[in-house]
Amino acid sequence: MSRTRFLDDADAAVAGVVDGSTVLIGGFGAAGQPVELIDALLRQGARDLTVVNNNAGNGDVGLAALLAAGRVRKIVCSFPRQSDSWVFDELYRAGRIELELVPQGTLAERLRAAGAGIGAFYCPTGAGTPLAEGKETRVIDGREHLLEFPIHGDVALVKAHLADEFGNLVYRKTARNFGPVMAAAARTSVVQVSDVVPTGGLDPEVVVTPAIHVDRVVRVGVAA
Amino acid sequence: MNLERTVEHTDRGPLSKDELAARVARDIPDGAYVNLGIGRPTLVADHLTPESGVVLHTENGMLGMGRAAVGDEIDPDLVNAGKIPVVETPGASYFHHADSFAMMRGGHLDVCVLGAYQVAVNGDLANWHTGAPDAIPAVGGAMDLATGAKAVFVVMPLLGRDSSPKLVPTCTYPLTGVRCVSRIYSEDAVVSLAGGEAVVEETWGTTVAELRERLPGLVLRER
Repeated sequence: MSRTRFLDDADAAVAGVVDGSTVLIGGFGAAGQPVELIDALLRQGARDLTVVNNNAGNGDVGLAALLAAGRVRKIVCSFPRQSDSWVFDELYRAGRIELELVPQGTLAERLRAAGAGIGAFYCPTGAGTPLAEGKETRVIDGREHLLEFPIHGDVALVKAHLADEFGNLVYRKTARNFGPVMAAAARTSVVQVSDVVPTGGLDPEVVVTPAIHVDRVVRVGVAA
Repeated sequence: MNLERTVEHTDRGPLSKDELAARVARDIPDGAYVNLGIGRPTLVADHLTPESGVVLHTENGMLGMGRAAVGDEIDPDLVNAGKIPVVETPGASYFHHADSFAMMRGGHLDVCVLGAYQVAVNGDLANWHTGAPDAIPAVGGAMDLATGAKAVFVVMPLLGRDSSPKLVPTCTYPLTGVRCVSRIYSEDAVVSLAGGEAVVEETWGTTVAELRERLPGLVLRER
């Protein structure tokens, strides 16, 4: 019996998110985006959120809808500006949302560090650029590095492909992206999958996220 | 190696986009692991043959990226860094974002090809932010690539639309990375940067002397 809980619907899966939470949201564009969980978070109502995602929402749906509803105080991302990021653009220009811009690799590594119990790390990315402002620096092997701190989540919303009934996960192709590091970096990780297979139905050699990092699982979408 | 290669090709005009992409591809060693940036650098892929053994990396988590997907091949779970659906090639692998950027930062990629607003003669790169007050900054993986790839190739015109030089003594735009660019590929010329020097490797439709006039404040050596 695993500690992973299997919920009946996305609303139950995101229950209990409190105001002021840091929410890690997986996905790179549409690939790996936990659409149903984001919609459930919108219904759930938590406010004053800090959202960590690679981007800052597209169109009027998903993360963009969460932003439009005024529920996000701050966004931590690498690439907010896109052809269809008008919701974020307007909020940012109006000074109604805080942006912490982080190079994509540093974002991933700060999340990884959180899940791995690393207190901070020195990273060469961004040294000598405006994104180094205010950061401690250290020259290591003749190269300037920046001191970077982990990003811990209160909650992670992740999309995987399959879970087994123990809570182990596999992903599909490039939809894996931030899923594994976010699942490990959050106090509570919530995962939507397209299907759940019996325990033993996933080859242990190919499990990507072990169940220890998976708190809640919900099956969404059409069953095969 | 053709040591007799002419530097100045004044018998023709500047390279077309495709010719330029082919010229970049020619400088990518067989078997190299390569990341191609979004936009014009992507065209380079069309000129890499399977026999070259070049493996394309896409920072969202894949080695062995293939061409753009068409028709039934389109899979929303399989996209490149530009979020365009692509196909996988034999030998492809998937990995998460932290591993993907560890590959870059760890110096495992041989070449990355990027666009730029400006490059300084010392190799400083500016390609993520114009610094305009109303601009929304977005960096993505540009800084990680600039920092980590063994060779950084930049595809850009030497002059902007307003004729202002883009290869400059010192960048005025916010930097992406310091002293990281190894070569610049433009329609007019290929310029190598090393040790604070700019060396013109080849020109098309122009001469080194003309480039010196158009790019003031720089010492341009001839190969």
